[in-house]
Amino acid sequence: MSKLVLARGLAALIAVIGLAVVPYAIGEVYYVNIASQVLLYAIFALGLNILVGYAGLVSLGHAGLFGIAAYVAAYLLVAGSGHVLAIAAALLASLLATAGFAALSLRSTGITFIMITLALGEIIWGLAYRWISLTNGDNGITVPARPAPFGIALGSARAFYVATLIVFLIAIVASGIFVRSPFGAALRGARDQPRRMSALGYHVWMIRFWAFMFSGLLSAIAGVLFVYYNQFISPQALALTASAESLLMVISGGAGTLLGPVVGAALVVIVKNVVSAYVERWNFMLGAIFVAIVVFMPEGLVPGIARLTGALWRSRGKANLPMTAGPQQ
Amino acid sequence: MSALVVDRLTKSFGGLRVTRNVNLDVQQGERRLIIGPNGAGKTTLFNLITGELAPDDGSVRLFGRDITRMPTRKRTHLGMARTYQIITLFAQDTIEHNVTLALLGLSPLRWNPAVALGRQNHLVVAARDALRRVGLEHIAERPLAETSYGERRRVEIAMALAQNPKLVLLDEPFAGLSIDERQDVRKLLIAIPREVTIVMIEHDMDVALDLADRITLLHFGEVIVEGTRAGVVADSRTREVYLGE
Repeated sequence: MSKLVLARGLAALIAVIGLAVVPYAIGEVYYVNIASQVLLYAIFALGLNILVGYAGLVSLGHAGLFGIAAYVAAYLLVAGSGHVLAIAAALLASLLATAGFAALSLRSTGITFIMITLALGEIIWGLAYRWISLTNGDNGITVPARPAPFGIALGSARAFYVATLIVFLIAIVASGIFVRSPFGAALRGARDQPRRMSALGYHVWMIRFWAFMFSGLLSAIAGVLFVYYNQFISPQALALTASAESLLMVISGGAGTLLGPVVGAALVVIVKNVVSAYVERWNFMLGAIFVAIVVFMPEGLVPGIARLTGALWRSRGKANLPMTAGPQQ
Repeated sequence: MSALVVDRLTKSFGGLRVTRNVNLDVQQGERRLIIGPNGAGKTTLFNLITGELAPDDGSVRLFGRDITRMPTRKRTHLGMARTYQIITLFAQDTIEHNVTLALLGLSPLRWNPAVALGRQNHLVVAARDALRRVGLEHIAERPLAETSYGERRRVEIAMALAQNPKLVLLDEPFAGLSIDERQDVRKLLIAIPREVTIVMIEHDMDVALDLADRITLLHFGEVIVEGTRAGVVADSRTREVYLGE
């Protein structure tokens, strides 16, 4: 096993242990809840990243898929159904909607794809906002209680964080396997050279379709976690700003990397929830941070920091080289 | 047996007819050279044969099977492979990964999202084998962005050959190469077994002529001369249209 693989494994282990002790280390319920938000939005961003980073398809309608799962779960829970049924139905409904989104939007790529996903997301938002008999409109739906899997109640902030962390770890491992698989290679190939991929025997449309479905599944899982976290869902969660924020998470952290969307989600959630408590114009600050990222690290924070670290490492290596004899006079 | 039959193939872009009633009959194992001045419609003809463009009229048959309305990817699965005039590769990946993508394109494994591509040793072995055939095995792990133009041309050919095709369409395989590189690619093409049929577009007559069994001359989208090397070169229309005499 190479040193690099060992180092990566060790770093992952330290990261998992670090995430596991977060609720015990920070203690305060407010911050534990913020950490849960970071993780659930990281799952959402990981889902969007499959499309944006690995398929090269920028979606501005993913909050619709996130919201459908959240609304279906909330509706069924209020109607008295069990948690298993509500979660399964939520995921299924969101996957069906994802298939519809994919079938309509994958007719094109580029700006047209963005506009179609934006329009579809707005349709879902419009339904949530105006179909009052079903969604309760702007007043939203309040969910009675969080589930208690295996008898463990998720009512407390700490318990909910641990449950969210487990789902997050499953999501990031699944994403890692997905992007390193033959299908992941085909997806990246379809992003970079779709014409060539067709000539090599690949069904480019179908590759994008299944990538969209996986992306939708992760978004739906995040939507279910969101509705359990807030125990409330309203049209605001499906609005265009929610889609745009998730896209900012992916782009700021680094599209096409596994860690990027997680870092991006942490950045957006922390600025929105923590910095906003101290800085009145936090929106301005968030905007300024994004401008700085685009200017100094256009590839995103994770690849940008990796690039700078690599450059620093190489320059240190050169500085430490033994001095060689100069040419003979 | 005919490997490729093109019958009255016609294509227009708006009011411009770029392919006019083109007929080709390429026998199995044949080396067919397609020549013609710039704008003669050679690459368009390739795009029609591979399915990247849909013809307005006419038909394409591959080993007796009508493939006129068949998508490009299905033609590839029937044994058709091609290279591009403008090199179309995956610049961010290694040479080996480029060839692996070619191998994966014909494998059911390409749909598998749950196994690691890096652990598919049979693909690595096959990719190395394809690269050995074109003399690039020693730089298999080099990123494509760090390779020369000539090496990329050979990667294109390696990708086509890795798919064990029955018919290869080579679009200007000598374009942009140095004299030495041309000779390398020429040797490579000569080494392709006769079971594989080759249709090649090429401007460099000096290098390509003696590779061809038969030559087709296109001009303004029409076949104006077709025949053996000697016959086509000696034809006054060839000299007038292509050789400028």
